[in-house]
Amino acid sequence: MPELIAKGPFDGVEPLVMAGLTLAPVEDGPIWSIALLPGGAKAAAKALKPLGLAFPGPGGISEKAGLRLVWTGRDQAFLFGDLPAGLEGAAVVTDQSGGWAGVTLTGPGAARALGRLVAVDVRLAAFPVGGVVRTGLNHMSAVILRTGEDAFEIRVFRSMARTCWHELAEVLRHLGARAPLSA
Amino acid sequence: MRLTCPLCGPRDRREFYYYGAEDYLNRPDAGAPGSAWDDYLHNRDNPAGMTRDLWYHEQGCAQWLIVTRNTVTHAVTAVDLVAGRQGAAT
Amino acid sequence: MRIDGKGIIDRTRQARFRFDGRDYQGFKGDTLASALLANGVRLVGRSFKYHRPRGILTAGSEEPNALVEVIGKTNRTPNVRATVQEVFDGLETRSQNRMGSLKHDLLAVNDLFAPFLSAGFYYKTFMWPRAFWEKLYEPAIRRAAGLGSLSGRHDEGAYEKAWAHADLLVIGAGPAGLMAALVAARAGADVVLADENPVLGGRLIAEGGTLGGEPAAVWVAGVEAELRSLPNVRILTRTTVTGAYDDGTYGALERVGLHKPARPDLPRECFWRIVAPRAILAAGALERPIAFPMNDRPGIMMAGAVRSYLNRFGVAAGKRVTIFASTDSARATARDLVAAGVQVAAIIDPRPDASVVEEVPVHLGAEVIDTRGRHGLRSITVRKGAESFEIETDCLAMSGGWNPTLHLTSHMNVRPRWSEDLAAFVPVEGAVPGLFAAGAANGTMSTHGALTAGKAAAEAALSALGRVAGTVAVPAAEDAPYGHRAIWSVEGRGRAWLDFANDVTTKDIRQAAKESYASVEHMKRYTTQGMAPDQGKNSNVGALAVLADATGRGIPETGTTTFRPPYTPVSIAAMGAGGRGAGFAPQRFLTSDQASRDRGAPMIETGLWYRPGYFPKRGEATWKEACDREVAMVRQAVGVTDVSTLGKIDIQGKDAGRFLDFVYTNTFSTLPVGRVRYGLMLREDGMVLDDGTSARLGETHYLMTTTTAAAGLVMRHLDFVQQAFCADWDLRFISVTESWAQFAVAGPKARALLDSLLEMPIGDLPFMACAAARVGGVEARLFRISFSGEEGFEIAVPTRYGEALFRDLLARAETMGGGPYGMEALNVLRIEKGFITHAEIHGRITAFDIGMEKMVSAKKDCIGKAAAQRPGLWGPEREQLVGLKATGPISAGAHLFRPGFAVERENDQGYVTSVCWSPTLGAWLGQAFLKDGRARHGETIRLVDHLRDIDMACEVCDPVFFDPEGGRMRA
Repeated sequence: MPELIAKGPFDGVEPLVMAGLTLAPVEDGPIWSIALLPGGAKAAAKALKPLGLAFPGPGGISEKAGLRLVWTGRDQAFLFGDLPAGLEGAAVVTDQSGGWAGVTLTGPGAARALGRLVAVDVRLAAFPVGGVVRTGLNHMSAVILRTGEDAFEIRVFRSMARTCWHELAEVLRHLGARAPLSA
Repeated sequence: MRLTCPLCGPRDRREFYYYGAEDYLNRPDAGAPGSAWDDYLHNRDNPAGMTRDLWYHEQGCAQWLIVTRNTVTHAVTAVDLVAGRQGAAT
Repeated sequence: MRIDGKGIIDRTRQARFRFDGRDYQGFKGDTLASALLANGVRLVGRSFKYHRPRGILTAGSEEPNALVEVIGKTNRTPNVRATVQEVFDGLETRSQNRMGSLKHDLLAVNDLFAPFLSAGFYYKTFMWPRAFWEKLYEPAIRRAAGLGSLSGRHDEGAYEKAWAHADLLVIGAGPAGLMAALVAARAGADVVLADENPVLGGRLIAEGGTLGGEPAAVWVAGVEAELRSLPNVRILTRTTVTGAYDDGTYGALERVGLHKPARPDLPRECFWRIVAPRAILAAGALERPIAFPMNDRPGIMMAGAVRSYLNRFGVAAGKRVTIFASTDSARATARDLVAAGVQVAAIIDPRPDASVVEEVPVHLGAEVIDTRGRHGLRSITVRKGAESFEIETDCLAMSGGWNPTLHLTSHMNVRPRWSEDLAAFVPVEGAVPGLFAAGAANGTMSTHGALTAGKAAAEAALSALGRVAGTVAVPAAEDAPYGHRAIWSVEGRGRAWLDFANDVTTKDIRQAAKESYASVEHMKRYTTQGMAPDQGKNSNVGALAVLADATGRGIPETGTTTFRPPYTPVSIAAMGAGGRGAGFAPQRFLTSDQASRDRGAPMIETGLWYRPGYFPKRGEATWKEACDREVAMVRQAVGVTDVSTLGKIDIQGKDAGRFLDFVYTNTFSTLPVGRVRYGLMLREDGMVLDDGTSARLGETHYLMTTTTAAAGLVMRHLDFVQQAFCADWDLRFISVTESWAQFAVAGPKARALLDSLLEMPIGDLPFMACAAARVGGVEARLFRISFSGEEGFEIAVPTRYGEALFRDLLARAETMGGGPYGMEALNVLRIEKGFITHAEIHGRITAFDIGMEKMVSAKKDCIGKAAAQRPGLWGPEREQLVGLKATGPISAGAHLFRPGFAVERENDQGYVTSVCWSPTLGAWLGQAFLKDGRARHGETIRLVDHLRDIDMACEVCDPVFFDPEGGRMRA
């Protein structure tokens, strides 16, 4: 009988601190895709309500007691945490655990740093705290959450973990080298 | 160029994949004559002015969109969900 | 020569730099041009065509003459404007476009042949004799053409790209721009203020003067301090806005580290994409030269530039300056020079009615008709009425008027409008939606006018943005009317240059007109006027005026070419920032990646994925030896390979089967739960899109597999079909490619291997079936499918267990005489079995072509069905999939011919898509598309590959070479 040891996408990777910013891996637990079936919104809302969650609209996040429901598409959200009962028939649930590689980018100017790789408007008015965007991180499809004015969570396909880290680390190195400049 | 995705808001055009004319939505019945399929698949106008075509928000919400735009002025006047259009239930 | 007490450069901080091998000294804040002028260096380059000695003409990015190479430790950058490049300790520069030294350029001989090198010279001369072209003309022209040279090495410098979003982009930080930024910033709007200079202020710095009773520089510093203190303002200095694009998107190039010694990770440049619903173009105006005879000598400069060198850099451009100008602004240059103690010999003003009240001699109604001085100006000849006289001078400051810097407004193909009042083109409002010109860029030439216009433009922008502007007072400033009279060219004996960079003279324009190249677009291409690095910034309007005169039209009737992006050159390196090496494209790594590399497997790129090519063993000299061994290993024992790259799409809902019936040619709604079926997917035009297996995991739950190459394509296709045609069906799907690590285990011992690690034995799981399984306490999925022709399984576990399972599978396989196999062996195994990949279904292939027309169900509609049945997409005329067998090496890409027929396109019978050496059958095998191929099994065909020098007779046969009954898979 083999003993299978689980391995995350960033095992052994240490946080990178540079230019006042911190790039750090995120360790995710279970991730579930919940896709509402036609006409399933009501039943899904009923199943989510006891948990204090509501199915989020575009760009929204519903969060309560360690459970986080993140909008990821039309009638689709990712649940970070354990799957509640009662969604059968209302929504299609698919296990996405382990399929995403996550990092956090935090520190003063994190938004402008992110603007090196992301074409969307990262100003607070356009991308408020507690919001999510699906966009490209350079060439990679990404799910980006704003958890604070200067704090983002970025997820890309797990297989692209190294590229994601490489690109963000390069942004930090460039900003670090720029910092002594007056301009 | 920027498109305002009905779900995601204004985005740079590099998030989108371009397909072609809106005609692709009007699929003939299985038994339709060959000429109907030719029109559906291949015969296209090349308008100088208003045009409606299909774009896919590939790096965003994965929705197919109908973009109404002017090929002369480049003005984009409407972006609608394919799945939400008249006649298609959601 | 430096003037004490003048300029804003930091005289306490010296910078030592080199130009053409000589050491010089400048100060922080100097450009290379100002530092060279301060050192008395006037000759800095050679012109493009005639190799004429050239000096510094301007003080900005429009410079056509002073182009140099900047030499770094790892970079060499040609065509750098000396007027833009800032000096720093260790800066190394070199003049270019010369053969020999700058002073004694051997190609200066071209100047003697100038009478033959006129407009259209190339078109006329190098036509004949034909044989001379390749051997003589082209090599000679190539050697002499082009400006500067590249190092030929990779640019190892760091570059950056970035996005910025703002409510308002202000382009230019002169009086109009600063005022606009201030008004908008105080009202709370997000403002990006970009200026191509290292310091803010624009003309306020170049011209000095007072604002609100204080020195202009003090006012600029106050505004800058306030703007920098506001969180809603981002100031980008050394940043040129280079292009205006659709929907408020602008491109801009920031020179981040070019004014510093190179440092690791310090970006040289950053290419910005700035998105703003409103923008104010406050880029000022460019002064235009006068085309008078021999107007190209070093020392002949723009009057505004002479003023800028004096006021910004504290440099006198000459010891004895003369002015030749039809503008009042050039008088200010003279006054500034006199006030600074620089001798001004004379003012030559072609206007008969201009003022004579100056501290220096003024010659009204006069013109410069000749100049002297081989490597620098020594004297000029002035004609006044019937008399002419000579004046000794080492610097002539000229001004023929000002052109608004409106380039960005014509980036969407709107031509600017001619203003008779200004004798210049002015922007057309609305030319670029959301972009409004203000100040000199809009033809408002006075300082006070620019300040007022900047304020008004910001107020209009704020109102459009729904914001309220506060009260901001416009400081008192110079407000003289724009005194000028257009003067384009001066008649005389010598050549009069319009386009300095491309050596285009007034004579060339007239000749173009004479030879019927009278349209402005034709003239431009015939003479190359406006096609040099400065893109006509200095010469366009002058050339138009000469063309208009030569063709007897007015300037508005003559028209103008439009300016296109970029406003100034943008390095490819900046646009491609981050795109070298690992940044070229995302790299996708398998969970087994490290384990494969540990075994020395070279990785092959397949799409974005990296997959092992083969697993070399001690003693194997070539990849082929490893591949042959791995093939035999799978056929005789067991092999393991990672197949996680294949796309996996989880499809659920009551209508899931119905949906698969619609997107596949064959039927899936009837597939029993726990079974797997091969499916063929078409595009709506009848061509094959993809193939793969889909498993029915539950009553309403399917798992579709796509090929590695088409995973994204299929997802997009399914999204389209679902959203366009069945949005209301009970159905949802999502990619689960990244959630599962999946390994193929194939070979006679595959079952034994898996039974040794699965918690429950495989038992009687039939071929093309699937089941839930457990391995090491982890939920797994087991599929009995085969891409090798052997009894085969694929086992999938959650991705996080992938590496552990792969290593365990390999360890077990190796105890059974098996092991890992790579892409090479996988390819051989599938060719032996006649399985296809995207080498075969390459986009022009129908189901009929691959012999699968029977898989298109007659009982139902599906995507692509109607088109696939149209004439031309089936029948004997089609090239059909066949197998090829040969005794020697054959190649993919080769074409097929009937033996005895000439190897010509007309006789082409088809082409080869895949080949391999089959260790199993001891032959070379191929897959090919051959006209009417299925009816030609047994025929001998000639395979020809000119690229690889292959000419081989092959036997046409069924594409399934090995175990055609499939007994081994089903065992």
